[in-house]
Amino acid sequence: MNDVSVHFAGVSKRYPHFSLEEIHFELPTGSIMGFIGANGAGKSTTIRILMGLVHQDTGTVEVLGHPMPADQAAAKMDIGFVSEDMRLYGAAPLAWHMEFLRGIYPRWDQSYAENLARRFDLKPEQKIKGLSHGQRVKAALLLALARRPRLLVLDEPTTGLDPVARVEVLGELMAALADEERTILFSSHNTLDVENISDQITFIDRGRIIDSDNKEAFLDRWRRLRLLLPPDVVVPRLPGVVEVGGSGRLPVITTNCFDPVMVSVCNDLGATVEAVDTMTLEEIFVANVHSRRERLTA
Amino acid sequence: MYTQYIHMHSGIVISQSDSRPMYLQIMEQVKQRVAVGEWGPGDEIPSIRQLAMDLRVSVITIKRAYLELEREGVIVTQQGKGSIVAPDPDLGSRLYDEEFSKHLAKVAQLGELLGLSSEEIARRTKEASSRLSGASRTKEVV
Repeated sequence: MNDVSVHFAGVSKRYPHFSLEEIHFELPTGSIMGFIGANGAGKSTTIRILMGLVHQDTGTVEVLGHPMPADQAAAKMDIGFVSEDMRLYGAAPLAWHMEFLRGIYPRWDQSYAENLARRFDLKPEQKIKGLSHGQRVKAALLLALARRPRLLVLDEPTTGLDPVARVEVLGELMAALADEERTILFSSHNTLDVENISDQITFIDRGRIIDSDNKEAFLDRWRRLRLLLPPDVVVPRLPGVVEVGGSGRLPVITTNCFDPVMVSVCNDLGATVEAVDTMTLEEIFVANVHSRRERLTA
Repeated sequence: MYTQYIHMHSGIVISQSDSRPMYLQIMEQVKQRVAVGEWGPGDEIPSIRQLAMDLRVSVITIKRAYLELEREGVIVTQQGKGSIVAPDPDLGSRLYDEEFSKHLAKVAQLGELLGLSSEEIARRTKEASSRLSGASRTKEVV
């Protein structure tokens, strides 16, 4: 078994109006990666390259030990893929799709499929065209999960779902990882979903990976320090400062490599640390994107 | 194998509006369960993956909480066997005692901020304590 299920190294793809540059990340087996980016950041293009649907210009992609796109047929037997533009056959009921996939994939798990249908409140005899958006997403997810793939790739699985359906979907994703050998990559612009269930987090903006790390490290590294400066004391120079806001005597410093030592460093320099705030993933993402865009335009 | 996780409830509740990191919330609730004796010394506790499924929280977050709980001597994780509450009969009272010390330190810190002498802090603490026992006596009468 591979320790790494997905590996991207130096992957680039150029289009006339958009390019992916030097995409590099890896996804350890048994974990969930949340792939976060604004609309048009390059999430779907990256996922398409991963699936072998789009061929990269340069760089190497390995999925479950298979080089992509060369070995995509073999890789796809073990990948479950759900995307927004996924077409199910509208005139046929869910049960027909289940039967169809059962004939193709030897690991198809019929009792799990039936179980999921009950938990997702889907009726197998109902035709796809009569389903709501949320039901369609759940149907597509059911069809992917019941194949028992080693890797699940989900492009925006929770977009447009109501809160109840979202919790159901996220819960089934977690349950799919129960045996430690399965891996999930999902893209989203809903940072809350990603923050809760992901082990690894990758930020992408304007075709580049801007940060990729395990979630706990992410949340640990980023802090906002609220300082109180006596007159004629300057803002202390700290490592990893991404943004300095607030007002003259009450500056607020955002850093991406926080260390508790910083508090005593500030005190030694004459500044009082009034508070050290943790940040949500959303705040981290936005601060990260802003600072990078500012550096590019500066 | 799936339904078993759905019905396995640890009773731990994560609050989205709590600004503390999730691993700290989990640590605190495990400690509370141990302190009140709901999870006794040597008892088996949910595995990292089980708890992750149950709470719909990433495995890495639970791992971190368990690692820190182990460091503090609250739980013991055996390789490949899961985790148990540390087999220390005094653990519950030790956790209460630690909690108490933490609050005392806070009292001392705030007292100093207000410029109270240590005698004054002691007197106020004693007052609070007698108010509390007075209140519980009243309750008994009612």
